[in-house]
Amino acid sequence: MGLFILKRLGVMLLTALCLTFVVFFLTNLYPNLEKLAKTQGNARMTDAEVSSWLDNNGYGAPMLVRYGEWLGVVPGWTRTDEETGEIRGRCIDFGDDPAEAPRFCGMLQGDLGYSTVSDDEVSNIVGGRLLLTGKLMGWVLIVMIPSALVVGVLAGMREGSRLDRTLSTASIATTATPEYVSGVIFIVLLASSTAGLSPWLTENGWIEGRTLFLGSARSAMEDITFWNFTLPVMTLALYGMGYIARMTRASMAEVMTAQYIRTARLKGVKFRTIVLKHALRNALIAPFTVIMLQIPWLLTGVVIVETLFNYNGFGWTLVQAASNNDIELLMSVSIVAVIVVLATQLISDIGYVYLNPRIRIS
Amino acid sequence: MDPITWTGSLGPFLNPLMLAAIAVFVLGFFAQLVLNFAGVQPGEVQINPDHTLSVARSPNDYALMAMKYAVLLFLACVAVFIVGGIVQPSLEQKGIIGAMGQRFLPVWIAMILIFALSVTFKRRLGLYGKLFDSPIGMVGFFLVMFWMLTAIFAGLVATHGAIDVVSQMRNEVPGSFMPDPDEGEYLVYLLGGDNLGRDVFSRMVFGAREVLKIAPAATLFAFMVGITLGLPAGYFGGKLDTVLTFIANLVLAFPVILLFYLLVTPEIVASGIPTYMAAVLFLFPIIFFVILFNSRFFTQPFTRNIYIFLTVLIGGWLYLGLAWNSDPLGIISMPGNILIVFVSVVFVNSPTVFRIVRGIVLDIKTRDYVAAGQTRGEGPWYIMLWEILPNARGPLIVDFCLRIGYTTILLGTLGFFGLGVSPESPDWGSTINEGRRLLTIYPHPALPPAIALMTMVLGLNLLADGLREESLRD
Amino acid sequence: MAEDTAYDGPILEIDKLSISFFTRLREIPAVMDFSANVMPGEALGLVGESGCGKSTVALGVMQDLGVNGKIVGGTIKFKGRDLSEMSPEELRDIRGSQIAMIYQEPMASLNPAMKIGKQLAEVPVIHEGISEEEAMKRARQVVEDVKLPDPDRILKAYPHQLSGGQQQRIVIAMALMSKPSLLILDEPTTALDVTVEAAIVELVKDLGKKYGTSMLFISHNLGLVLETCDRICVMYSGEAVERGSIEDVFDEMKHPYTQALFRSIPLPGADKNASPLIAIPGNFPLPHERPNGCNFGPRCDYFEAGRCDAGPISMAQVEGNDRHATRCLRFQEIDWSAPPTLADKKEKGVIGDTVLKVDNLKKYYEVAANSMFGGADKKVVKANETISFEARESETLAIVGESGCGKSTLAKVLMGLETATEGQVMLDNLSIESTEIQDRDTRTVSSIQMVFQNPFDTLNPSMTVGRQIIRALEIFKIGNTEAERRVRMLELLDLVKLPREFADRMPRQLSGGQKQRVGIARAFAGGARIVVADEPVSALDVSVQAAVTDLLMEIQRNEKTTLLFISHDLSIVRYLSDRVMVMYLGHVVELGSTDQVFSPPYHPYTEALLSAVPIADTSVEKKHIVLEGDIPSAMNPPSGCPFQTRCRWKSEVPGNLCETEVPPQRKMAAGHEIKCHLADDILAQMDPVIKIAAE
Repeated sequence: MGLFILKRLGVMLLTALCLTFVVFFLTNLYPNLEKLAKTQGNARMTDAEVSSWLDNNGYGAPMLVRYGEWLGVVPGWTRTDEETGEIRGRCIDFGDDPAEAPRFCGMLQGDLGYSTVSDDEVSNIVGGRLLLTGKLMGWVLIVMIPSALVVGVLAGMREGSRLDRTLSTASIATTATPEYVSGVIFIVLLASSTAGLSPWLTENGWIEGRTLFLGSARSAMEDITFWNFTLPVMTLALYGMGYIARMTRASMAEVMTAQYIRTARLKGVKFRTIVLKHALRNALIAPFTVIMLQIPWLLTGVVIVETLFNYNGFGWTLVQAASNNDIELLMSVSIVAVIVVLATQLISDIGYVYLNPRIRIS
Repeated sequence: MDPITWTGSLGPFLNPLMLAAIAVFVLGFFAQLVLNFAGVQPGEVQINPDHTLSVARSPNDYALMAMKYAVLLFLACVAVFIVGGIVQPSLEQKGIIGAMGQRFLPVWIAMILIFALSVTFKRRLGLYGKLFDSPIGMVGFFLVMFWMLTAIFAGLVATHGAIDVVSQMRNEVPGSFMPDPDEGEYLVYLLGGDNLGRDVFSRMVFGAREVLKIAPAATLFAFMVGITLGLPAGYFGGKLDTVLTFIANLVLAFPVILLFYLLVTPEIVASGIPTYMAAVLFLFPIIFFVILFNSRFFTQPFTRNIYIFLTVLIGGWLYLGLAWNSDPLGIISMPGNILIVFVSVVFVNSPTVFRIVRGIVLDIKTRDYVAAGQTRGEGPWYIMLWEILPNARGPLIVDFCLRIGYTTILLGTLGFFGLGVSPESPDWGSTINEGRRLLTIYPHPALPPAIALMTMVLGLNLLADGLREESLRD
Repeated sequence: MAEDTAYDGPILEIDKLSISFFTRLREIPAVMDFSANVMPGEALGLVGESGCGKSTVALGVMQDLGVNGKIVGGTIKFKGRDLSEMSPEELRDIRGSQIAMIYQEPMASLNPAMKIGKQLAEVPVIHEGISEEEAMKRARQVVEDVKLPDPDRILKAYPHQLSGGQQQRIVIAMALMSKPSLLILDEPTTALDVTVEAAIVELVKDLGKKYGTSMLFISHNLGLVLETCDRICVMYSGEAVERGSIEDVFDEMKHPYTQALFRSIPLPGADKNASPLIAIPGNFPLPHERPNGCNFGPRCDYFEAGRCDAGPISMAQVEGNDRHATRCLRFQEIDWSAPPTLADKKEKGVIGDTVLKVDNLKKYYEVAANSMFGGADKKVVKANETISFEARESETLAIVGESGCGKSTLAKVLMGLETATEGQVMLDNLSIESTEIQDRDTRTVSSIQMVFQNPFDTLNPSMTVGRQIIRALEIFKIGNTEAERRVRMLELLDLVKLPREFADRMPRQLSGGQKQRVGIARAFAGGARIVVADEPVSALDVSVQAAVTDLLMEIQRNEKTTLLFISHDLSIVRYLSDRVMVMYLGHVVELGSTDQVFSPPYHPYTEALLSAVPIADTSVEKKHIVLEGDIPSAMNPPSGCPFQTRCRWKSEVPGNLCETEVPPQRKMAAGHEIKCHLADDILAQMDPVIKIAAE
């Protein structure tokens, strides 16, 4: 088991290296750098000025070297200004003594760089944003997983029954409704003061405010309430839910036709006990993997929902960083995303082995 | 002038009926729920001594029957609205629903033709024919065909141009009359105007064309890439499999949205990366077909040479046009921003297809007919493409339908973030994005494209479900 | 169960039972007018070919027919109470406690995620309400009863940690946990190896006696029923056609189908040339295409038009026998003792020169010991160990052995799908052991062809039959044009006695036997000189088996083919082969002519194998040898002689020779070789396993 995890970790590390390099490569292409130079310097720089600006700020080195610097395995660049004799460098903060500055300053040293747009250390920005998104994801998972599993198990335990057909069609409908569609519909239906249910409810005096729910989650960054957080959570949970429910249903339906379920039935076990004691564990092996792999998939949803509901979390940061060409911030955001993806994959592998005695004990 | 009403002259008669249908449906649903919890079983099928069947109905069944008839009544009302819209002369009488029904007339005619032909010959049409045995599959097929036909007849269906701006119509509600229409111009904005004063209905109709131009083709390319790589990975196994699986997992581990943000930007287009990616990805279909024909006909060199020559000629021509934008005849080309969208979608989809194909191959390659092929000395590619692939078609067709839906969602996502589309484009994703800013005040511009996208993806998913169910039968 | 002790009538009474399945299109009758009684302590065998409805009867008794199945007529009474009138709660009480069932696939019938002990203990906890601990004690007791070693370890194990034979013992233990009055066994040994099967059958018989349980034993194997049951009921196409005690039905059969069935299975004494098997003509009728009157009518030799197809036929008592009944109108007119009208005797093929020579062949595989977790420790699996034999023109060489004996690996090496680790394979004078199939020339490839085991897998489901044969012709470079190949393809269909229309059919429109014929046609497309037949008939029904076997024999006679017949079924091997090679764990333990192998001296393994094969003949006396334990895994073979762990003669060999040294290949007589340490005089003492009692 230990060896297995070690091997998986090795593959993960390799994957992470490859992925971060791809992101680094794509964010550090010359057109991006040129744009950066023009926003940092001035917009009407000539080509020669651009390249000298890039050279002066450490962007002139070959791609691999810069990737190494960013990673923290290659010493940070230094440059002595020929006129003033001032030494500047990647690892030298403004005003610090160049002699005392560390030689390496990259991801591995915990230095995530500097956000050119927000004018702040990246690590300061990412932490808070991650926490906000963490809250959102937490609620989504709490809502999504149990309801998806219940729906899936109920549908799959009697395949072909009316209950199964109803729940399956509902699940299909939710998988056909991406966040930007369901979000829009929810807002119109529940959070608009001119359309949907809210005007009617207000008229009858059944709700206090002007709308049933709030169509923006900006206030939820300070204080999460049922009123301001329901819609984003619901929007995000709904899309993933159908998929997990369908996986659970398929797995459950397959297990319910297995011979050992017939054995149990002909042993005189009650239907409820069959479902709970015999079928459930076997049926949850496959969906477990799906649930774990769903988390990175939710990432796209997070970006959409945070944009749609104006919730300044991690996804919103990604959009901002990407559209403002904020290279270092985008790099850090990618790192986090990649780590989340790989971590869930690892957990899914280990959980699969743990749940499945056929593999665990062999 | 007041905007026309939703239901027109038929409204006063049919609206109460529809409301009643909805009420019965809701009541029936709750009644059945309560009865179920109270332990009332649905009626059982009884077998009479003369081997006929009869059903002993319980209250539960009556509730369900009521629900069924409510749905039928509702659909009948909708049908009457549409027919009324086609028959009645003036817009006020038609109402918005009727008027839209009338605009979709070419779609209805084509649809009735398709369904009539398919149902008549369903026993001779294989899997496609069996689709008409499954209600779910039929609904799915209807929805998909609806949008397909809408895309085809978009020019006839739409009332205005996709980018015609009438500034007075800004944010006007559905059914509003145009201020001073030109001769022969359609008099109203059926679904209102958006924040620039464009017709929402027409943009929705043209949006179908935008989506259906890319989604099926991109999915097809993703399948070509996934199949061409998945077959050898599953069949040969070993190092090749390890490397390919690692690469596939690498792409899968990449958060889709990040990839889009990195790939679909003007800077990347300028760097030429999309062209290189297209150059690689678009090569796969040609490779696929060349191997396909070579492995089958290598014993008859003449036939093989004809097939391969044709493949290389046509494939090469399309390839030069699409990937390098240098078609010698100047017919085929693809604008840069569409190309990058296309390439990214193919790139994101192919690893999943790869994994599916690989899994199926691992299963099928243990069959005896594969061994029979091996023992008579068939080459590996013949076995993969002619012995294994045809028998994997069931799950692949189902996944193809699902994947078109997923691709449609991805395209919508791109549009939603304004990536890779021209700002004027009527595609559903960008229309939703434009509409969402004033959503709580003017919901009408964002809703139609949202519902359009939802119904089309739903149709594809239902179609896939129906196909899966029917292909598992017998 | 105290209230039941007073009851002394039949345990199970099935009266005029009819069961149908309902599909969207039609009602499909699966069982019609079926009656049977099981008395206390009695074992009833239910025999028939696949699709005859025997399993449906069992499920009907369990009242577990699924959503589509319905009992449309008749009653099933258990201890006098009608099962179909019981409430779900009452049924649940009876299932598992009074009626228990054992199925075909032991692995599939155990919950993979639950420990054995828990699965066993569940039964008494549900039905008797005893505590978990007490139930565990009971479970331990029953596990001992089914003769499993180390019960405590087994109770804590998961199903996948046990071998197939052990799993089936657990399933039996589970069925016996509540000491049921009726045990239903649905093909309980089909998935097991012969020697393991013999042990399980023995166990079931003993336990049945010990617990006084009545049994309903469902099987397609007449020999197995003979060994286990008191009474038998033969089913054909949804109906019981003959019913009676074992002796009556086996020796005084009164239904043409029963007679035809016995004539189509190879019994000792059958010979492919002198007295060939008689296949039942025609095909099993599909459930919705059954003929009027007698279902067997269209295939029956005694059919009388206007009488047999007039209307429904009911069971008629055979006078003078105990509860012996038959569903035949003419049973009193037919002369049952008349010998079968033999098809003309076949000329025995002349055995020619050596075509294939295998010398000292070894095939080792390297596998990672633990594939999931990776790791560096690799194990060597010795799939084939020093195999030497020769095969001559028009000769049938049978390769016999149970799972894991290396017979399939041998076939792969011959075909070129694998290359040999060591040794030589000579085809004529060309050594081919290290030439992979891609590198072999067309002639070599077409000379050695293969017929596969599973008829449902052997043809590509999405290509027409004709297309598949034509493709083989293309690859073997036969015929210059498409038209020529098509003509040749039609000739091949003639060769395997299939109608020419079949060329344009899809495989799914063919029956199992027909598919197997297409497989044979394909193998002979390039004029194969050596055909490796890997259990070609084991998946077919007995009546079809005979036809396909005879077809193979006939083609062999005409084409002078060398046939390597891989099988685990010694009856059929004895019937058709000229020489036999017995394999065990990669070793050839015995090699000789059919007579030499089937008579003493035996290798101890051959002896056990012969004893394990059930024979459907009441006049045959068999020595009873039951092997202990399971076949060791090829990953971890025993030291010394591969068979030493299960050998009953081991004590006759001085010292620990068996454990330390692999025995030499010894020549017993001309062409007879045995790999054993036993001294000559001990080998000479061996008795024949099978004796045909003088009548």
